[in-house]
Amino acid sequence: MKKILLALALLILPGLTLAASEGYPLMKAPIDPHDKASLQRGAKLFVNYCMGCHSLEHQRYNRMARDIGLTDEQVRENLIFTGAKVGDTMKNAMPKGAAKQWFGVTPPDLTVISRSRGVDYLYTYLQTFYQDPTRPFGVNNAAFPNAGMPHVLWELQGMQKPVFETHKNAEGNVIKTLKGFELAQPGKLSPPEFKEAMADLVNFLAYVGEPIKLERQRIGIWVLLFLGLAFVVFYLLKKEYWKDVH
Amino acid sequence: MANTQGTTGVLGWIDERFPLTKMMREHLTEYYAPKNFNFWYFFGSLAILVLVNQILTGIWLTMNYKPAAADAFASVEYIMRDVDWGWLIRYMHSTGASAFFIVVYLHMFRALIYGSYKKPRELIWIFGVLIFLCLMAEAFMGYLLPWGQMSYWGAQVIINLFSALPVIGPDLSVWIRGDFVVSDATLNRFFALHVIALPLVLVGLVVAHIIALHEVGSNNPDGVEIKKLKDEKGRPLDGIPFHPYYTVKDFVGMMVFLIFFAAVIFFMPEMGGYFLEHPNFDPADPMKTPPHIAPVWYFTPFYAILRAVPSFAGTQVWGVLAMGAAIVMLFFLPWLDRSPVKSIRYRGFAFKFVLAAFVVSFLILGYLGALPTTPGRTTLAQVCSIVYFAFFFVLPILPAIEKTKPVPERVTTK
Repeated sequence: MKKILLALALLILPGLTLAASEGYPLMKAPIDPHDKASLQRGAKLFVNYCMGCHSLEHQRYNRMARDIGLTDEQVRENLIFTGAKVGDTMKNAMPKGAAKQWFGVTPPDLTVISRSRGVDYLYTYLQTFYQDPTRPFGVNNAAFPNAGMPHVLWELQGMQKPVFETHKNAEGNVIKTLKGFELAQPGKLSPPEFKEAMADLVNFLAYVGEPIKLERQRIGIWVLLFLGLAFVVFYLLKKEYWKDVH
Repeated sequence: MANTQGTTGVLGWIDERFPLTKMMREHLTEYYAPKNFNFWYFFGSLAILVLVNQILTGIWLTMNYKPAAADAFASVEYIMRDVDWGWLIRYMHSTGASAFFIVVYLHMFRALIYGSYKKPRELIWIFGVLIFLCLMAEAFMGYLLPWGQMSYWGAQVIINLFSALPVIGPDLSVWIRGDFVVSDATLNRFFALHVIALPLVLVGLVVAHIIALHEVGSNNPDGVEIKKLKDEKGRPLDGIPFHPYYTVKDFVGMMVFLIFFAAVIFFMPEMGGYFLEHPNFDPADPMKTPPHIAPVWYFTPFYAILRAVPSFAGTQVWGVLAMGAAIVMLFFLPWLDRSPVKSIRYRGFAFKFVLAAFVVSFLILGYLGALPTTPGRTTLAQVCSIVYFAFFFVLPILPAIEKTKPVPERVTTK
């Protein structure tokens, strides 16, 4: 009986989840935390294009250097533009109050953004800015409609025009859905190059979200091996003690 | 000179002044537990293991955590990045919170299937439900401390429930928060309650739970009283000393538990957003309400009951009362279940059916409580809430229609 009820319950459940909201489909971010060259390129993109507005205020420069395979010297010369010390966290000089006035919202700190939004969202967001003259900065975003952020990477990507598809819904209203983009003005990078650059940037943000991740997984293997061994020992001990219990 | 325990030397000196050997015997080496404990009997000792884990990791977290609205979020990231092994301590604590509820829910399920709440174990059960309540308060307050968006808005929603109570409600919720909204004052007092007040109560209740258990002795999967049949020395025929037999057995259970526990900590500490919710990596922002506020998974069954009850006579208080009643009903279980048979092994189909319906409704409620509502889901939640409560009302009349099987004299082993 219990099994029948459980089976019934399981039949009902998937139907209930289908009603989730539909946004622009997310692209799968091809990130690889082991790829140090990619992390270094991502770090370079971040300090050049993002850090003017967005801080990484829980991430230290020297920790980043160690983890992505740079020396403190390389970081000091190539990645620090703020006069910070190499042991400092990656803050920026943007005054928070003024930033709110300029953009309508304070640009958020991005240290753990990869953990709150997910890497696929970031990867999609970075690639789906498009021309929209109704917005204050002339651009809108497919993953985050009406985002307050200007298209900072336009000189790399170029400028995209949206391609809409219109259809009428049941009530006869015209619905406009975003289908894709076409490049209106090319940027410094070709579309495949830009895609790769964004994968690097997202890879870097994923690293910053949890710098210990690779180390944690490496240690985890040994912990599980140890516990597996401990299980065998304790199991044999239990068997030995219990052999006279009938 | 020998004392009453017959010990000499340093131990003898202690035993003349403190009942060390006496306590060891009463609670370990001469505490006779039924020899037929099965899988379901691991979860009590596992709950103690998790409690110890929470207390120890909690103490170390406290050394670097800052209970202030301006610093809390940053101090958690400081622990995750700059404190040596801080990430491990934090993940052990956050995973431990969920593990605590998994273990306790399974422990409670064991009591349901084997009738462990029945006479003479009513007080053990009541202490147990109090532990469960205390644990929920502890988890709720702990969840505010990382000061993420879910911390903040989850606390806001739950504390607002109290304001639905008639007359005293609004003042009561302000009194709980110490402010008109969840703020620095709330965080600071929740910290105090989470790290000292509730753990003290929790440990006290656990001690009472175990003392009551050792006074009457453990139940077992056959639901027979092993103390009825004793040998010439007064030892239960079906009993074996807790130590060493069950200490070595529980160590095996602990290793299996720790393998799962470590797998989560080291390979999926967020558990797909169930143990650490994704929006909680955004710092708390009182000006920005998240689109979907869901409590952590272990509260979702009760949250679903809350949402399932419609407002009536111009007030939402009925949902709050239903949610409270869902837990309060548990206290009455020993008196609602009137069957003389304890274990499900010898109970009739009627009991198996209502228990299955109860458990399935609870699981579905848990699933629904994590999702945004739709009319269809609300209807299902209402049906499940009715099934949940019906369990308690059907139990007293069950013996009239239930055909039980004869209970053996002695415990059975496969």
